[in-house]
Amino acid sequence: MHRLSIPLNLLPIGCAARVKQIKAKGNTRRRMLDLGLVAGTEVEAVLRSPSGDPTAYYIRGAIIALRSEEASNILVETTGELR
Amino acid sequence: MMEHMISPGNLTGSGLAGRIFQTQMDPTDDIVIALVGNPNTGKSTVFNSLTGLKQHTGNWPGKTVTTAFGRFVHSGKNFFLVDLPGSYSLLANSPEEEVARDFICFGDPRAAVIITDATCLERNLNLVLQVLEMTRQAVVCVNLMDEAKRNHIDIRLEKLSRILGVPVVGTSASNGQGLAELKDAIDDLVSGRFIPKPIRIRYDAAIEAAVSMIEPYIKKATGNQINSRWLALRILEGDDSFIAALHEYAGVDLLDAEEVRYKVEQAREKLQQQQIYRDDLRDRIVSTIVGMAEEISREVLRYDGDWRKRIDRKIDDVLTSRLFGIPAMLLLLGVALWISIAGANYPSQILADAFFWLENQLTHLFTLAGAPNWLLGMLVEGVYRTLAWVVSVMLPPMAIFFPLFTLLEDLGYLPRVAFNLDYFFKKAHAHGKQALTMCMGLGCNAAGVTACRIIDSPRERLIGIITNNYIPCNGRFPVLITLSTVFIAGGAGGMRPVLAAVMVLGLITLSVVITLVVSRILSCTVLKGLPSSFSLELPPYRIPQIGRVLIRSILDRTLFVLARAVMVAAPAGLVIWLMANVSVYGNTLLNHCAGFIDPFARVIGLDGYILLAFLLGLPANEIVIPVVIMSYMSGGALLDLDSMDALHQVLKGHGWTWLTALCTMLFSLNHFPCGTTLLTIRKETGSWKWTLISFIVPTVTGILICFIVAQGARIFGLV
Repeated sequence: MHRLSIPLNLLPIGCAARVKQIKAKGNTRRRMLDLGLVAGTEVEAVLRSPSGDPTAYYIRGAIIALRSEEASNILVETTGELR
Repeated sequence: MMEHMISPGNLTGSGLAGRIFQTQMDPTDDIVIALVGNPNTGKSTVFNSLTGLKQHTGNWPGKTVTTAFGRFVHSGKNFFLVDLPGSYSLLANSPEEEVARDFICFGDPRAAVIITDATCLERNLNLVLQVLEMTRQAVVCVNLMDEAKRNHIDIRLEKLSRILGVPVVGTSASNGQGLAELKDAIDDLVSGRFIPKPIRIRYDAAIEAAVSMIEPYIKKATGNQINSRWLALRILEGDDSFIAALHEYAGVDLLDAEEVRYKVEQAREKLQQQQIYRDDLRDRIVSTIVGMAEEISREVLRYDGDWRKRIDRKIDDVLTSRLFGIPAMLLLLGVALWISIAGANYPSQILADAFFWLENQLTHLFTLAGAPNWLLGMLVEGVYRTLAWVVSVMLPPMAIFFPLFTLLEDLGYLPRVAFNLDYFFKKAHAHGKQALTMCMGLGCNAAGVTACRIIDSPRERLIGIITNNYIPCNGRFPVLITLSTVFIAGGAGGMRPVLAAVMVLGLITLSVVITLVVSRILSCTVLKGLPSSFSLELPPYRIPQIGRVLIRSILDRTLFVLARAVMVAAPAGLVIWLMANVSVYGNTLLNHCAGFIDPFARVIGLDGYILLAFLLGLPANEIVIPVVIMSYMSGGALLDLDSMDALHQVLKGHGWTWLTALCTMLFSLNHFPCGTTLLTIRKETGSWKWTLISFIVPTVTGILICFIVAQGARIFGLV
């Protein structure tokens, strides 16, 4: 299986990945930590808004929507085959 | 060291709670309990179920954060329950979280009850662990057990209690299950029958070493009031808001003590030698807690099933899809409007008949008593008829729409609206949560303005506040509904309510577009800036408690509107009657005033009487149409309330065309906020300048739009 490191916003809907690194700083970073987004956290892209942004992710049992600007600051490693 | 001891007088729970709620508390009798939890965990349902209707709210000193308190009695003891703002964390990233942290830390509650969501336990355990790090006196309430069961989530509560070392109670607060047990658990804890042994969070060696370097000195400086380990971690992190709070509530300047400051510096240096800087420290602390929550969750939670197959996911796949997302939103709103319009006809008619009958009796009574004509005119034709009009025409659609809207809110649909519309708000350089505050504005703009507190960034919060008034509130709906029904859908027969609903839906859509355009304009002028980051939780859909929604709508809303109608419509009716009946220089005051502003009003498609009605409607938008009609009727008295067609005749008789109706509706959407909303804006922004801007911006928008529409229609010969 080929593992791929990509920013979270590029993760296709229905695909799961593991957080490698949070690149955001300051308050945005703290908000992400509050949601349980730390290195090693499993996430899955679930829904895309009708206009293509934001995207909702399944994070530790909750569905959380992030704008592409924020998601692009989260580096993830895909865990399954990319469709 | 005495000067650094915390004086106990400052720290009693009754002290801080008493200060916030300005209430008399008996420190020997009242047992202060704090309620904390993530947003959307049903925390307020638990609070409401425990305290019943005896609730009060208070403002946290110096912050626009409201906290509520209520009392309950259990096994002969008086409990004083403080409902803290919903928080994801106590590492204080927002004023709400600061309040929650400060109350647990300095309010010295006898116990903290942590409400968690059984359907999302792992994330909620973060907060639980953070609270347990601060205080041993805690009870964990795992709420929404019924929903978890429906989703095949099984939680082993005893095991969770054993691991955490504090009482754990499962509840389904919406149907009252487990609340008695929760009260017992709280009582057991405060009376010492349960000895808590809270789980200890172990950080990595570097952090533990730094903590043990400074903890003894901190303990010496603060005594036993606040958990010194927790304090040590915050000091190492350099949490400025906490150091300030420590000074404010406990009168302690920890870093003033030479010894403490020296040790803290030493410990920080040591961490930095290991490449652990401030941000890394926070990361490591949070990661440890998150990891622990994950581990605990793995041990106590069994999940048979796949979250992807939950019904929520299927509903969201439709309600937020590219194809159906926005049409579904319009359809839901349209149906709610149609039900309000079609359903209001019947009660309106009954109310009108009743008021008309009562008016005859009143007139009869006045004549019998030999009251002079002017008194009869003033009280019956002025005050009474305006009141009757407001209640019979304005109240029914509001009384129907508001519960429907609350139902959608309780279902959890509003975050989906924000999700669907966020892209446009981002383009407007506004905050994603502005869509939520905009939805709240549909109910009441003052509530919408208050809701803007959920927007952290001050710039985007102001944009949310200034533009909230573009969304027609419940009080303006009847104007739109009445005029749409009479003028736009006039000839549609049985399809009338449908056509009127479509028209009102179109106007609301327009108001959203205006909101976005004005937000964008504000973002590149007075409130320059780029959108800040945000995350939006899409909570599971919940079955609304229909009974509670109805009771709340009727008690909070309908009675509130009735009271406001009486307070505003009655004096307004009196003023209008006087203006219409007092003559100066051969003409009535009303005609003088209306005549004076008439030329300007005509330019924007209205007439002097309509504009005057908007000005007089400043205290409450509900009275605009009644005032217009009253001004038109000879002698200033309102017409008998028999039908929409009679209304049509009166308005047509005074030169109304479809264009007048359209401009009146457009001006209703875009004009200064009502008095209540303005006062709320003043309170929320703390500034008259922004209140004035919130007055001017929508008014200018309205004048511009009405001018363009009226002049355009005239140039193209449409009227």
